[in-house]
Amino acid sequence: MLVPGIKSRPVYAGLHADAHARWNILCAQGAGALTLEAMLASAPGGFLTKSVCLYTAADAASLQHENRLATIGFDAFWQGPTTATLLVQLDHVLNNAVMGTRLYVAGIEGFIGEVMRLGMQHGIDPRSIQTEHAGSIRRRVQCVHCKGITDDVTTQPARCAHCGLMLLVRDHFSRRIGAFQGVCIDAEAPGQIPPAEVAFP
Amino acid sequence: VSGGAEIKVRVADIETVAERIKRFTFHRIDGEDFPVFSGGAHTVVSMPDGGRLRRNPYSLMGDPEDRSRYQISVLRTPDSRGGSAFMHEKVAVGSELALSYPVNLFPLDLRAKKHLFIAGGIGITPFMAMMQQLASQNGVFELHYAMRGRAQGAYWERLKDSGQKRVNLAFDDEGQSLDLQRIFDRQPLGTSLYVCGPAGMIDWALGTAKKAGWPDEALHAERFLAPAGGQPFTVELAVSKKTLHVDEQMSLLEAIEAAGVEAPFLCRGGACGQCETTVLACDGTLLHADHFLTASEKASGTKIMPCVSRFEGRTLVLER
Repeated sequence: MLVPGIKSRPVYAGLHADAHARWNILCAQGAGALTLEAMLASAPGGFLTKSVCLYTAADAASLQHENRLATIGFDAFWQGPTTATLLVQLDHVLNNAVMGTRLYVAGIEGFIGEVMRLGMQHGIDPRSIQTEHAGSIRRRVQCVHCKGITDDVTTQPARCAHCGLMLLVRDHFSRRIGAFQGVCIDAEAPGQIPPAEVAFP
Repeated sequence: VSGGAEIKVRVADIETVAERIKRFTFHRIDGEDFPVFSGGAHTVVSMPDGGRLRRNPYSLMGDPEDRSRYQISVLRTPDSRGGSAFMHEKVAVGSELALSYPVNLFPLDLRAKKHLFIAGGIGITPFMAMMQQLASQNGVFELHYAMRGRAQGAYWERLKDSGQKRVNLAFDDEGQSLDLQRIFDRQPLGTSLYVCGPAGMIDWALGTAKKAGWPDEALHAERFLAPAGGQPFTVELAVSKKTLHVDEQMSLLEAIEAAGVEAPFLCRGGACGQCETTVLACDGTLLHADHFLTASEKASGTKIMPCVSRFEGRTLVLER
């Protein structure tokens, strides 16, 4: 049901430690911890001491990553229970940041979208934020009708957690909102709703 | 698009603002309002110089919201092919000229939280308009302006007297220079950098910013080139079936226009890419002078930007 070739579909180019950056902010969620570790393995000398890492495990399976990241030797390490708490902490870090600071993000798409959205609010060009997808491909979806956002969407179609409409999840992505767009799937023929299948495991 | 329709203007005022720099104020002949422009925009001035038509781009430096007049500043360059000499010597109050509609290839990135301007010499002009635009929007900016000396620098007295702490002046002949490293290191996140000045200064500023960890996306520069003269050559236009002679003082684009062939352009300074032309045959060397084509496109010998680039050799055939 996905229409191919949607231009707003984000592309995550992968993380590369920037040797010129004066300061690095590394944000990761869940399996994104492994992505950070892979990047650090080839990072230039001194990179860790000018880096701060913000991490949220997001699920029980990822709790093991927390302890490793905590002892890796970042200038500062912060961990929190949810993406929402991480964003509050990140907002504080970005408020005090100067030019020459690089932002890196690894995790599921909804997490990347929310971190990028906050970075853009601080005047960072989204193209200068480094991103790499890690973990599940479940989606953060905005219902275009009621504007409510439903996190962790795995099926196609998916029910809007706010207004209850069944939504066709599109590749159309809003950077401003940090979510994919979902449109009512039976608007033309009310009641004709195809069975939901797991499309974003 | 070949620059679009033109606006006929009359020179209302000419003021010498520094050594070799004059400011021209234009009014529309038809009495209408000028189009609104945005800070960083330029206009291409058509100059009927004897038998030839010159067209040079100049940054608009007035208040973008003042639709009653346009203003440009022209530095008389000693190695000018004639454009700046024409403006300085042949244009008087009351002269009639034609301007292109404004085009902006050096706009403010209004997503930025702060705008940092680095100007060298006559490179101050786009920032004059940008600062006025930001002033009316309560935008945050900082200007660092380097000049050869007090006599050669334009508008610095006015900038200094504006009482703005965010204006920093440096005069070369008094041993002052811009400490770019220090300036870049203390800018808040979300700052955009804009540089306009001599090519060497632009390279220095952008290189220093990159070493200070600034991302490419935050760096902006106005790299207009005045087309340099060179050896005369002959060019064949395949579509219009014409063979032209390009003399020492003429650009390839001007020669094409002089032959009555419609050719697209916007910046006339090798920056925008609008005049890109396909080379169908070339027995000789293309002298690429633009900032638009990539190194591999230049090496391929299949494209040329006729506004600034030239040719040396036996035969050149263009798809025009």
